[in-house]
Amino acid sequence: MKHTVSILVENKPGVLMRVSSLFSRRGYNIHSLAVGTTEVPDVSRMTVVVDLPDKPLEHVTKQLHKLINVLKVIELEPTASVVRELMLIKVHAEPQTRSQVFDLVEVFRASIVDVTTDSVTAEVSGPPDKLAAFEDLVRSYGIIELVKTGRIALGKGERGIKDRQLRAAV
Amino acid sequence: MRRHILSKEITGAEALMRALEAQGVEHMFGIPGGAILPAYDPLLDSSIHHVLARHEQGAAHAADGYAQASGKVGVCMATSGPGATNLVTGLASSYMDSVPVVAVTGQVPRWLIGSDGFQETDATGITVPVTKHNWLVMDPGDIAQTIAEAFHVASTGRPGPVLVDIPKDVLQARFPYHEASPVDLPGYQPKTKPNVRQIKEAARLILESERPVIYAGGGIIAAGAGPALRQLAELTGIHVVTTLMARGSLPDDHPLCLGMPGMHGNYTAVTSMQRADLLIALGTRFDDRVTGKLPAFATQAKVIHADIDPAEIGKNRRADVPIVGDARLVIEELTSALQAEIAKGATGDYAAWTRQLDEWRSRFPYRFTQVDDGMLKPQFVISRISDITGGNGIYVAGVGQHQMWASQFIRFQRPRTWINSGGLGAMGFGVPASMGAKVAMPDDEVWCIDGDGCFQMTCQELAAMAVEKIPVKIGIMNNAHLGMVRQWQELFYTERYSQVEFGWDIPDYVKLAEAYGCVGLRCESVDEVDAVIEKARGVDDRPVVIDFRCDPRENCYPMVAAGTSNDDIILGPEFETDHVSHGDTLYSQDPPEEDS
Repeated sequence: MKHTVSILVENKPGVLMRVSSLFSRRGYNIHSLAVGTTEVPDVSRMTVVVDLPDKPLEHVTKQLHKLINVLKVIELEPTASVVRELMLIKVHAEPQTRSQVFDLVEVFRASIVDVTTDSVTAEVSGPPDKLAAFEDLVRSYGIIELVKTGRIALGKGERGIKDRQLRAAV
Repeated sequence: MRRHILSKEITGAEALMRALEAQGVEHMFGIPGGAILPAYDPLLDSSIHHVLARHEQGAAHAADGYAQASGKVGVCMATSGPGATNLVTGLASSYMDSVPVVAVTGQVPRWLIGSDGFQETDATGITVPVTKHNWLVMDPGDIAQTIAEAFHVASTGRPGPVLVDIPKDVLQARFPYHEASPVDLPGYQPKTKPNVRQIKEAARLILESERPVIYAGGGIIAAGAGPALRQLAELTGIHVVTTLMARGSLPDDHPLCLGMPGMHGNYTAVTSMQRADLLIALGTRFDDRVTGKLPAFATQAKVIHADIDPAEIGKNRRADVPIVGDARLVIEELTSALQAEIAKGATGDYAAWTRQLDEWRSRFPYRFTQVDDGMLKPQFVISRISDITGGNGIYVAGVGQHQMWASQFIRFQRPRTWINSGGLGAMGFGVPASMGAKVAMPDDEVWCIDGDGCFQMTCQELAAMAVEKIPVKIGIMNNAHLGMVRQWQELFYTERYSQVEFGWDIPDYVKLAEAYGCVGLRCESVDEVDAVIEKARGVDDRPVVIDFRCDPRENCYPMVAAGTSNDDIILGPEFETDHVSHGDTLYSQDPPEEDS
């Protein structure tokens, strides 16, 4: 089962390595991982989507808490959070198909960020299923390459991560 | 013109020594080399006694033995590159056994980091999975604070090893020194005080249960909870199994002590857990060597699981009552809660269970047969060492059959007197760890029960001990084989012996000991055993190595084969046929007398 986990960490050298090393050592499968700075200087936030077929998420969060540089770990429930991902996707777009690609970009409220005579690069953002749908629709034109940021997420409502308790904490 | 040096300016290396002294470090173990060289100069003016190890692995194991014996933080120091990588085995062992160790390593100068410089390795990267935390110090002004943090992290919460990596030019740099501030690590707040509601629930389960067992782990010793454990056991009359890491937490002669559970534990300890309706797990982690096949482990038991590390609770076995906290505080709170219930008239009734345990104890003790004129049995030798020293020494082991026999046959009297590499199972642990233990506790008699395989992995530390006049006694249970591997090949590989025979005579352990400036003794028959032990005890100015020539065919029992259920415990040949015949002496570990 896939879980979205938000981790606040001290912004120190090697923190990403400590977190990713923990996931690999304990056999937790990372589906995606995004890191960036936050509203607090020296604190970074990681959003990790972890796939746990046969373990409770609690195993992961408790191990993460043991890392000295980890300040806070919470799970973001799909229904109680906003999840977004950004994709850049380069698609074959010859003159006869170009307008069709443009139409799709329009429908998805994406934007064109680069154009050549034979290709179009679109920037698509939104929930992961929206990106997947766009990808499916343009596949027939020929996807040259694509890149995704990995998911980022925030809990809905007025409270921030620092006020939230992990469900099922011991 | 020479740069003007402010009077308060010192080097990073001097700051390191001051910081270590400020932590109360009296002894450390290490070997100098290129990148750590600057630290070895102010060491000459320091109050810290440095033991010059012969291999960095020895220094790391010595720091572990020092910490296990004393409860203080063990310190080891090495240079960059191979110095740091050689520490890794020792750090991994300390990590698995939650032993507080601070390792200091030199690193190539800052401008060389990342360039594959001579003797450069990513020491912090390599040790991430085997340390509680580690630091690369890039500013001399951070040294004192980092050392303070390192000792804090190593010694609090669930203890463990840490590593501080310092580039050579950071050690050489001059800067205005200032003392470390109080440690403030926002992401590290170990919880030590247990939740009152959970304690009450645990007390309720204890009083309701009919077949309870206290499953005591290494956390008891780390927390100094031995006396509290004894009080809890005596208050309730509940028997205690002491895991490999908890041997000595309750004295073996105590009537409520069932001894070691697990793969080579005794029948009663193993089976008491299997048949229990309540496991009171204190400072322990349901290791696979204790549980055997997990789905078949203690299937009827509810579980109270107390540990200072929340990640251990529910990791292997679901807990009915999870308690996060320091083992001593947990036990004290639990004892108070039980006392309050008992005062109100509540009481547990474990009489039938106690009778069952006593019956098992009398029927299934550890057993071996020593023929008076036959080859030495290692169990006999270890029993004699235990009896002659009264179980009052500190006993250190390597890893393998001899380790299990030592844990089975030494009658431990107090905590911190049994030192081994339990979780990692690092062969070669014994000799250097016994050095560390003796340095920590010079007034205690330190015995290393070693195997011939283990001894050969780290015996170079004999040189360090001979020079430093560290008089440990090393008894090699020389069975000319990698005994445990031989045993598995006999039992599970149809007696096809592959790469397990060492031979008796290479090396000649007596000559080897003498070459290292130690006393070398050999013992081949039953009637020599007591005398050679006494002779070794009489040497107080150098290490003694005793080559006990033991029977290679002796196997370690009882045994729960890997991956099988604890219900399928194999008692061994002593329980299949009657070995007591004329001229033989049957030795067994008798159950303690109820009134002793």
